[in-house]
Amino acid sequence: MGRVKTIARRTFLIGSAAIVGGVAFGAYQINKDAPNPLVPGPGEATLNPFVLINQDGVTLIAPRAEMGQGVQTTLAALAAEELDVAWDDITVLHGPPALAYYNSVFLGMALPGAHYQDTPFKHSLREQVGKVGKLLDMQATGGSTSMKDFYDRMRHAGASAREALKLAAAARLGVDVATLTTKDSAVIAADGTTLAYWDLAEAVRDITPPDVALRDKATWKYLGKPMPRVDMVAKVTGTADFATDKKLDGMKFATVRMSPTRNGMVSYDDSFAQEMDGVEAILDLGDGIAVVATNTWLAIQAAEAVDIEWAPATYPANTQALRAAIAASLEDVPNSVIRDDGDVDVAVEGTEITAEYYVPWLAHTTMEPMSATALFTGDALEIWSGNQSPTAIRDACADAVGLTPEQVTLHTTFMGGGFGRRGESDFSLQAARIAAAMPGTPIRMTWSREEDIRNDFFRPAAIARFRGIVQDGKAALLDGKVAAPSVFHNVSMRQTGAVPPGPDRLHVEGAADQPYAIPNLRIAGHLTDISVPLGFWRSVGASINGFMFDTFIDEMAHAAGTDPLQFRLDLARAEHAPSAGVIEAVGEMSGWTGQTPEGIGRGIAFSFSFGTPVAEVVEVQDTGNGIKINKCWIAADLGTVLDPAIVEAQMTSGAIYGFSAAMQGEITFRDGMAEQGNFYDYDAMRMHTAPEFDVRLLENNPFMGGAGEPSTPPSMPALGNALFDLTGTRARELPLNKTFDLIL
Amino acid sequence: MARQLNVNGTTHDVDLPDNVPLLWVLRDEIGLTGTKFGCGVAACGACTVQIDGEAVRSCQVALADVWGEVTTIEGLGTPDNMATIQQAWVDHQVAQCGYCQSGQIMNAAALLAEIPAPTDQEIDDAMQGNLCRCGTYPRIRAAIKDAAQRIADKV
Repeated sequence: MGRVKTIARRTFLIGSAAIVGGVAFGAYQINKDAPNPLVPGPGEATLNPFVLINQDGVTLIAPRAEMGQGVQTTLAALAAEELDVAWDDITVLHGPPALAYYNSVFLGMALPGAHYQDTPFKHSLREQVGKVGKLLDMQATGGSTSMKDFYDRMRHAGASAREALKLAAAARLGVDVATLTTKDSAVIAADGTTLAYWDLAEAVRDITPPDVALRDKATWKYLGKPMPRVDMVAKVTGTADFATDKKLDGMKFATVRMSPTRNGMVSYDDSFAQEMDGVEAILDLGDGIAVVATNTWLAIQAAEAVDIEWAPATYPANTQALRAAIAASLEDVPNSVIRDDGDVDVAVEGTEITAEYYVPWLAHTTMEPMSATALFTGDALEIWSGNQSPTAIRDACADAVGLTPEQVTLHTTFMGGGFGRRGESDFSLQAARIAAAMPGTPIRMTWSREEDIRNDFFRPAAIARFRGIVQDGKAALLDGKVAAPSVFHNVSMRQTGAVPPGPDRLHVEGAADQPYAIPNLRIAGHLTDISVPLGFWRSVGASINGFMFDTFIDEMAHAAGTDPLQFRLDLARAEHAPSAGVIEAVGEMSGWTGQTPEGIGRGIAFSFSFGTPVAEVVEVQDTGNGIKINKCWIAADLGTVLDPAIVEAQMTSGAIYGFSAAMQGEITFRDGMAEQGNFYDYDAMRMHTAPEFDVRLLENNPFMGGAGEPSTPPSMPALGNALFDLTGTRARELPLNKTFDLIL
Repeated sequence: MARQLNVNGTTHDVDLPDNVPLLWVLRDEIGLTGTKFGCGVAACGACTVQIDGEAVRSCQVALADVWGEVTTIEGLGTPDNMATIQQAWVDHQVAQCGYCQSGQIMNAAALLAEIPAPTDQEIDDAMQGNLCRCGTYPRIRAAIKDAAQRIADKV
């Protein structure tokens, strides 16, 4: 871990005073071109780290995890827009782990201040600080950053490649480059002569791609339009390769059983399992065991037959004790008070309300359980892994099997869902270690679903206490405290061995950073010191605070006697026009009147996260045989919508992910282990429970917002608020099936 | 013992214990990896294939119990020659991560073979065993209805 650790530690200096010095110190390294990781073969040209041209056509590198969000299609469209390559001529690959593909947004997100308050200067500062990510070789997908990250980079890659091709064509034809145009993967001369890009591959190799200005948005052909996804045909014909779909000669099949108490083993007895059908090896991984067999199912059967005594958990062993620890931390000194407007301690006239909320532990449950394929050959490791952080995982795998990062080839495959889970290195490391124990034998490692749930890095449970005062129909004061174990600290400790200093902003996102003008507003974040392994779960802190904060806003609206949509609109209008815009839009779309017929309930919710304000209205109906969700209206403002069909899909996807959790998602602990193990006890929204959707995308936001996560936070309170409207019962705890008779 | 298995019109000799589920015969032995593992307990539908045209959860059918000809997603159509239902999936841009879609399509194809013009209720009833964590349900529903119409138009 040496190298990863050193590098990642530096990451967390961000947010402290070291930041300015860091930028200055690294200015040369930041601005210097990263080496191009693509090595051209004979007759091929790599014009930059993103464009490869050979006789087969044009290959674009889209170096972000394709976990379903459509990232590879839109990244390709960004380059293709400038390159003038015909859509059908494009091949898209993820490419190798490389410095050139570093995430240039993450670090900028850590700067103080709510994103909705960004000025052009502050936005530019975030961009500059983001570039420090290059020094850290941090290639990662997450935080809904991909489009912000590549909006300029991919278009510049396409534009400079186009100009290089024109220069090559000008030299060949003996004409002035200014007389040439490009269209449909070809350079076209004034006399009509057409040179296909691939016929210029050899000639363009020696040309230095020039920098050129980017085209005006008004001329876009691909961007802003729904493009056919580049992965669609493969995914509907069973030909898309996920991590365990690679076929290698002599392959064996493996699974693991890792400690569900997350604290290793005391002992194990594999004498019975060793004799089972197909078993080839049972390996001691220290914190669990691996079984290698002639078939995955035989491996899973044998793994279950190993008798293992697990070491006791280091955290409180059951859900109630964990909850008590979280509640106790509400009384501790807060880690953060990053929102403290006005003075919540002065006496304010009006009606006071208080409420306490609880949200449970959650698992990610990607459709594809954790898996990876690996081949170790003594001086090299080749690994196929669907992962969200290839440079760090390459380095960690190298370290785990005693190789250098250069000796490791990591293929980032399609992912059967990510939702934050696949930023972790655990499953890749296990495959690497199993392969290293069996040199020359390719290992396809698949987790059981039970393993996937019990060894997840969970979304933590959380408790919030709010006190609010309303006056003349408006919010006058909101004083809130949120307590939970820190996802950011937990992940940092695991990956770098250190806890970052300063306030944990992720912990209070969705509450402290909301664009609401409340004269007296304070949000304090309290961190619970318990060691349950935590991870980033779609929308992270906003998945917690989105529900608790907005539900309390709804309660304040009712206490104020103001229509809940109007109440939010009044708060947002004074603070952030694009946020007010989505609230108005969702009201118009849904025909919001504040009134519903008997047996129907409607709720509204709003959340600003990952740079995107999203408002949602949910309609529920009492069918007499349980309550169902009829419809969900979503209005979101991403500033610039690069692919409306893909963004629409992300908006519905994020809401369904939120509904699944809000309706029935809960991980409980007993004896230090997660009690749930499969979809029969940890289920999600299905065809018969999914509502109809209506999505509107606005473009009034001055800065580009994310797409993958922002619709999740408001989905949960919108549903709870609708159920309150229907029944008059306010659920202050998730999941909602504990309070209501929902159709599941 | 060695058995013969007919998959997508090809006969395969398989030498694995009788109780190995069809899913793992397809994936690990025959190399047809389009069929996916999601839960192992028939709770998610990712492993759905057809046996003699009937949609089954291949994680629950032991090798010794396979009673007929098996059709997997690879046998339904290929990238160059997609089945009507696969084309509808492409036209509606259904897939996100895509992991559950082989099972969704095999289940929906069996539904349309039995009920050529399913109602929303019939789609709910037939498809509720197929989980999709990306939440592609609205587009799956639209694609099923569109495929039904296209198949009807062809007849």
